[in-house]
Amino acid sequence: MDDPLNLVLFSGTDDKLQAAAVLTAGAAALGKPVNIFLQYWALDAFRADRIDRDHGLAPEAGQSGRAAVDALALAGQAAWADTLRQAKELGGVDIQACSLSMDLLTLEPTDLDPLVDGVEGVTAFYLNAGEGQVVFI
Amino acid sequence: MPVIEISQSIDARGLSCPLPIVKTAQAMKTLRSGATVELIATDHGSIKDVAAWCRATGNILLEQTSDGAVYRFLIRRT
Repeated sequence: MDDPLNLVLFSGTDDKLQAAAVLTAGAAALGKPVNIFLQYWALDAFRADRIDRDHGLAPEAGQSGRAAVDALALAGQAAWADTLRQAKELGGVDIQACSLSMDLLTLEPTDLDPLVDGVEGVTAFYLNAGEGQVVFI
Repeated sequence: MPVIEISQSIDARGLSCPLPIVKTAQAMKTLRSGATVELIATDHGSIKDVAAWCRATGNILLEQTSDGAVYRFLIRRT
């Protein structure tokens, strides 16, 4: 359980971010460290002024997928950002923004939600990943 | 049969996977060794998840019962 789980988040739609949040919270509950590296549209979804907004769904969701996700939300399913906040409360979850994506989106660290712990490059990400699995979402 | 004293009860009804486990892990951090937590959940995944979480973390699943789609677990912190 000591090797970290390393998630590279690329997609910025709510369904993929929800899946990533569930993987993160489950690992954190087991005491497994989690490193999250935010790139491209996933990073955009972590902007402080947009994190709680609707980020849409992956194209394969379609209309019926949209309806299913809405029904779960109405039934009280926590938003992905809330699930990540709970996971961070358990400790061991580190969320870093990719410095290249910060440039691409012309973001400053102050533009990001407090869930994000810092900005780093891919080398630092690999160093922290150690021998743990790397999952790209 | 000895009466089990419950130190904390977690009502996780309506919470979806993995939040019942997250709430349990959060509660365990604040409790002493030997304390017992009661978890009430409606997430179907919790049946296997609670057992797996206990095995992985070394905590003891004392009791597992269900009333329809409501599941109740008693977990002792080691």
